[in-house]
Amino acid sequence: MAVTLTVNGTTRQVDADPETPLLYVLRDHLELNGAKYGCGIGQCGACTVMVGNEAVLSCVTPVLLLEGRSITTVEGLGTLEKPGPLQQAFIEEQAAQCGYCIPGMMMRAQALLQADPAVDEAAIRAHLEPNLCRCGTHMRIIKAVMRAGELMRQKSQSGGAS
Amino acid sequence: MTRTDAKNPTRRGVLAAGGSLAVSFSLLSRALAQEGEVQGAAPPAQPKPKLPGSLSGDPFLDAWIRIDANGDISVFTGKAELGQGVKTAILQIAAEELEVDPATIRLITADTGQTPNEGYTAGSQSIQNSGTAIRHAAAQVREILIGQAAARWQVPVDQLRAENGKVIRADGQALDYGSLVSAEILHVEAIPQSRLKPASRFRVMGKPMHRVDIPAKVTGTPIYVQDLRMPGMVHARVVRPPRPGATLTELDASAVERMPGVVAVVRNGSFLAVAAEREFQAIQAMRVLEVSARWSEGTRLPNPANFIPSLKSLPSQQGVVAERSQGDAAAAQTFQATFTRPYQIHGSIGPSCAVALLENGTTTVWSHTQGVYPDRSAISEMLKVPPEQVRVIHMEGSGCYGHNGADDAAADAALIAQAVPGRPVRLQWMREQEHVWEPFGPAMLTEVRASLDQAGKIVAWNYDLWSNTHTTRPGPAGSLIAAHSLPTPFQPPPAKLSITPSGNGDRNAVPLYAIPNMRVIWHFLPEMPLRVSALRALGAYTNVFAIESTMDELALMANTDPVEFRLRHMEDPRGRAVIEAAAADFGWSKDPLPEGRGRGFAFARYKNLAAYLAMALELEVERETGRTRIIRVTAAIDSGEVVNPDGIRNQTEGGIIQAASWTLYEAVTFEETGITSIDWSSYPIMRFGSVPERIDVRIMDRPGEPFLGTGEAAQGPTPAAIANAIRHATGKRLYDIPFRAEIVKAAIGV
Repeated sequence: MAVTLTVNGTTRQVDADPETPLLYVLRDHLELNGAKYGCGIGQCGACTVMVGNEAVLSCVTPVLLLEGRSITTVEGLGTLEKPGPLQQAFIEEQAAQCGYCIPGMMMRAQALLQADPAVDEAAIRAHLEPNLCRCGTHMRIIKAVMRAGELMRQKSQSGGAS
Repeated sequence: MTRTDAKNPTRRGVLAAGGSLAVSFSLLSRALAQEGEVQGAAPPAQPKPKLPGSLSGDPFLDAWIRIDANGDISVFTGKAELGQGVKTAILQIAAEELEVDPATIRLITADTGQTPNEGYTAGSQSIQNSGTAIRHAAAQVREILIGQAAARWQVPVDQLRAENGKVIRADGQALDYGSLVSAEILHVEAIPQSRLKPASRFRVMGKPMHRVDIPAKVTGTPIYVQDLRMPGMVHARVVRPPRPGATLTELDASAVERMPGVVAVVRNGSFLAVAAEREFQAIQAMRVLEVSARWSEGTRLPNPANFIPSLKSLPSQQGVVAERSQGDAAAAQTFQATFTRPYQIHGSIGPSCAVALLENGTTTVWSHTQGVYPDRSAISEMLKVPPEQVRVIHMEGSGCYGHNGADDAAADAALIAQAVPGRPVRLQWMREQEHVWEPFGPAMLTEVRASLDQAGKIVAWNYDLWSNTHTTRPGPAGSLIAAHSLPTPFQPPPAKLSITPSGNGDRNAVPLYAIPNMRVIWHFLPEMPLRVSALRALGAYTNVFAIESTMDELALMANTDPVEFRLRHMEDPRGRAVIEAAAADFGWSKDPLPEGRGRGFAFARYKNLAAYLAMALELEVERETGRTRIIRVTAAIDSGEVVNPDGIRNQTEGGIIQAASWTLYEAVTFEETGITSIDWSSYPIMRFGSVPERIDVRIMDRPGEPFLGTGEAAQGPTPAAIANAIRHATGKRLYDIPFRAEIVKAAIGV
């Protein structure tokens, strides 16, 4: 069955069983690597992407529910050559060890910062609770999300001034 | 170059072949000799001196560094990036000694087709072994190139310097490395001494450098083995028996074979797997295959009730780890206790994965293994083919904290690939397979009896530990799960007791403190009722927990501050330095804390021969629930000469959080019928809500000292610092990891 999805701003037709979780469509059909398989049962957050403005666990979200919805993965935040503010902040803070959980962390953080880039540390910690990191990079992840909020605020201010 | 050079009397007689090699080697010797800093040329009759780091195993410079005629530089390491940042640190080291920008170096990591055999990437030894080898090789390559330029220009080497990929002479003329190099010039054996750059002239070493792998990781650029895609690739899943030892008695695969996308159901003895065109099709097929298979009973697990105390009654062999008797042990007071640790998992966030391809008789396996060469041995033995017909290439996976499922997944993929020749097979484990089938960190039990004299000095220390081996890594095919299920199963090799300086279950079992009378025994348990192997720090996690908890109890008996008590018994100046630094940075004091809060301190030198680490922490115990929340942690680490300070900081922060998670939450659970901790709900780990408010790490730089490794320095001290702080906060000593809320609540009796 063909499903139409909008992924990182591009409309894509995917021929997949409608029960297929979004994660496998992203990785296997669309060859996007950001969302990761961690548990398949929504316990770890490695597969987190954004659907509309919400952070969603792609490993437990069947693709049939997403017809016509707008999906953002970490690839939609910027590129190696031109990283977006959240990516820039994770690089600046060196907020990764193995990095496997990081795109999921970033997409959950993006949903938070998009709603309020001035969010405080306590809110970041609370918001990231569903996402697991095993290397123990938490301190840096928190700093990177704080820093990304700053970068986003700077960007919107300079954008407003121009 | 002239024949006179070749007959230079300083030439060592160790060259493999060919006059040109001898010529270039003699140039190197001459260049070094003229610098007047090196006594590298050994007399020919003497046995070969040991070469630095892993050069001793692979002495040819071009095994480590190659430069082509364009000046492109390739550096080869047998070590693998596990998320610890080793690629970046090795680039820093090579760039420093080669006098080039790190960005210009192509780094090739663990690949049996390309790199030296450096065994496992384990034990916090990558920088110590590979970093040291590459540092010396790079320095020697640089001097060879300078020697070449000197010969070409007919000027003494001391008028030349290397800079930015060129050799430059006093008048500013330059020759780039590419124009100085020829195919054989670097195919020479290293010499024991190198003209290493002094720390005062470092450009990149010792300075924080952004990790080279992070931009790819934050942009979704394919970098993990999980991201590997190849034309014609199929996705595979394995179906494991319900318990080890169970055999497949009945299988009706017809329903699975008819499912959409299914390419093959692979049955080889009791090894069972399915391959499909799409990943989710493979998962759906695996679920149907699971219910289509009938298995024999297999081996039942032990009764979990009182299992850990029963470790003492399992058959054991005794190994004497330390025994010393230096004087009168007039004990005034004695502390005696038993400490335990349950089985714990590595729990990488990404389940194990591998890609394998059988093509033209060769099986190539892409794996996040820690040891490409040992894994190749195991897989080739399992496939019954010569090692040359298997190539194992490391690719990053999810975080690696010891011997996890990587090698087993590589074996699974290799076996499935035999059934679908010409098609690459991508195999990933499911979450419950990772939780159940990865080798666990072994459960341990230790007993300590330590005595103080009248003056508050420790006079006697008796320590007994009960543990399995902490290493069942490949090498042999019998170490692979898949090989146990073949028609002629390979058996795991019997575990052997071995007492070594680095230690295993007995790692850090000997306190580093000055204690005149000591006896440390490892009661080695050869039977492994649950599958176990290396988890970061091996026995050091439990042993340092026990030792440093005991140190605090002894300090209380001696009515002495715990930091002061440790310093009283610490003679090693570098040990004293980290203890003093951690205490000072933390603001260690006797000042009262708010109700429910406590301070704890701990120290260890990893393996008693690697990095020194001391830490202080403050935590809060919530009386109503027993929940422990770490508030702040301050650590001081001395891992020798610093390569990438931010890398050390990142590893130390991570080590503290991971070990805090082990200590506060983690235990494998099981019944006789199988493992019951199968996911993150039945095996919880630390989440953001429980992460400390801050962690500060002070790095003690030791320019000119050997690299000591970093990755596992924090794991031992962390549980002890937590236990000591809980003791301070509540008055109760905890002996059994994990300190889950309900256990703490019961201990404090509310």
